[in-house]
Amino acid sequence: MTGTRWEHFAHGSDVGVRGVGPSKEEAFEQAALALTAVIADLQAVEPKEEVEITCEAPDDELLLVDWLNALVYEMATRKLLFGRFRVQLNGHRLDGRARGERIDVARHQPAVEVKGATLTCLRVGREADGSWAAQCVVDV
Amino acid sequence: MDTSLLTRNADYEWWVTPFGKMRVPAVIYASEALVRDMDVKVYEQATNVATLPGIVRASYAMPDAHWGYGFPIGGVAAFDPEEGGVVSAGGVGFDISCGVRTLHTGLRPEEVEPVKRELADALFRTVPAGLGSTGRLHLSEQEMDAMLRGGARWAVERGYGSPEDLERIEEHGCMAGAMPEEVSRHAKDRQRDEMGTLGSGNHYLEVQEVTEVFATDVAGAFGLRPGDVVLSIHCGSRGLGHQIGTEFLKRMTLTAGSSEIELPDRELACAPINSQLGQSYLGAMRAGINCALANRQIITHLSRMAFAEVLPRAELTLLYDVSHNICKVEEHAVDGRSRRLFVHRKGATRAFGPGHPDLPEVFRATGQPVLIGGSMGTGSYVLVGTSQGEVRSFGSSCHGAGRSMSRHQALKQWRGRELIDQLAREGIVIRSPSSRGVAEEAPGAYKDVGAVVDAADAAGLSRKVARLKPLACIKG
Repeated sequence: MTGTRWEHFAHGSDVGVRGVGPSKEEAFEQAALALTAVIADLQAVEPKEEVEITCEAPDDELLLVDWLNALVYEMATRKLLFGRFRVQLNGHRLDGRARGERIDVARHQPAVEVKGATLTCLRVGREADGSWAAQCVVDV
Repeated sequence: MDTSLLTRNADYEWWVTPFGKMRVPAVIYASEALVRDMDVKVYEQATNVATLPGIVRASYAMPDAHWGYGFPIGGVAAFDPEEGGVVSAGGVGFDISCGVRTLHTGLRPEEVEPVKRELADALFRTVPAGLGSTGRLHLSEQEMDAMLRGGARWAVERGYGSPEDLERIEEHGCMAGAMPEEVSRHAKDRQRDEMGTLGSGNHYLEVQEVTEVFATDVAGAFGLRPGDVVLSIHCGSRGLGHQIGTEFLKRMTLTAGSSEIELPDRELACAPINSQLGQSYLGAMRAGINCALANRQIITHLSRMAFAEVLPRAELTLLYDVSHNICKVEEHAVDGRSRRLFVHRKGATRAFGPGHPDLPEVFRATGQPVLIGGSMGTGSYVLVGTSQGEVRSFGSSCHGAGRSMSRHQALKQWRGRELIDQLAREGIVIRSPSSRGVAEEAPGAYKDVGAVVDAADAAGLSRKVARLKPLACIKG
């Protein structure tokens, strides 16, 4: 098992985000870290404020899209960047917490704004090594 | 893409004969080199679109087509509601009515060059750009709805620009049929602070010089001469459009199973035009178009203020405003009869030719200007719609260069600061809140826009009129 991690994958003009972890929850948390990393350097984001997020969807894949889109919405309306995440899953219901701080353009140097999570390359499932992966393309 | 997947019908026209569940062919307009360079996903997505109910004539891909979500970016598809035709949120895209507006300035380079830096600074100060930036305008609930109904016309009524601007905007600046009541609270919340903001990513505000004219007659009619300085604005419907796209993509996905539409891939989620969801989306999407038109109108007003500060002689008048992420109802002749079709252009520009009744009088003889944005260090182009384009692609053409390299790769290859210095040495002033953003938008990370417009010209989709070179660029 390669452990808990996030990564980006190439997609035309946009960016794919992928989270991997021993549990589905951790894979969702890591995918959220990958989402922030599209915008700014994760190391520069301090956990000063916390936002609670709840979503529900008919399946794991759409739940991932909902989770990422809820974060996009919270970032846009509260002018926040998130650097830490906690996810609890109960069936297809997600209770999450995102911690971060207000965008400081000079310090965070945000490269791009994420418009939304898409259904492209959308997958939530187990890898060959038994770990969970959660991924999709986000439109930037 | 392997060209053996396609049948070459003409030098710049490649077909996929219907197979499987395809109802119509897929047609790619491009040079051989561009086709070879295209991701095979363009082939998959264009053929998938060809399976959708009510699609008319063909699923088209423009010369700049690349892998999108559901529809290819650079995709054009028209649907007939009388034949079960559909509307697709993914076929419009998240940035509803993203587009380009170009303005004359009445200035020559020798007037701009000595104050280029001051001008760039004034534009950068006046037009909010980049993630987290907010506009000065904060709309009440009532004003938000008025803006969503009125578009650029609403903006002009509020003092942003002049009534003469409206004639030179598609739909005369106001998209009919907008339904603000179909736009969610979340979407309106996302827009609250974002009116008159440029956004980020590939969006920009650019001072440009006409360096080359290809069609003297049309360029003359457009008021473009070599050495003229123009201003181009590339942006869209901001958070409101993104949220509408997000929400309807989900709603269409959830109902796809019950609407008896068989989807080869669920990212193609769509709804019958003649369904409640289809009509809701059209109403919300049209409100999104108005948001984009109002946004570009406000940015135009702010740009005029910035120019007045530095170059009081400047007079910014509109050449045209085009949108490249839309679905519009248009009359098209198919098999000898006129049909009312819902034309999706996802990363494709409307390119109506001479005599088209939807064009304002001023462009009736020439055809409409087609404004093509390049990357910040390279050129942009003005093209003109053709009569052949009507038959070839429902009057549509390309929209830009498209990336050749991922953001991640670009970030590894370039440093924002160095790039800004290098472009400055080439005479291009860059202003951006984010040096990482500049690196990700490096000119070298984009395909050659020249090859794309050459192919659009050779395929007869639109004709090259003029080339524009950047002098100063404000990057979001």
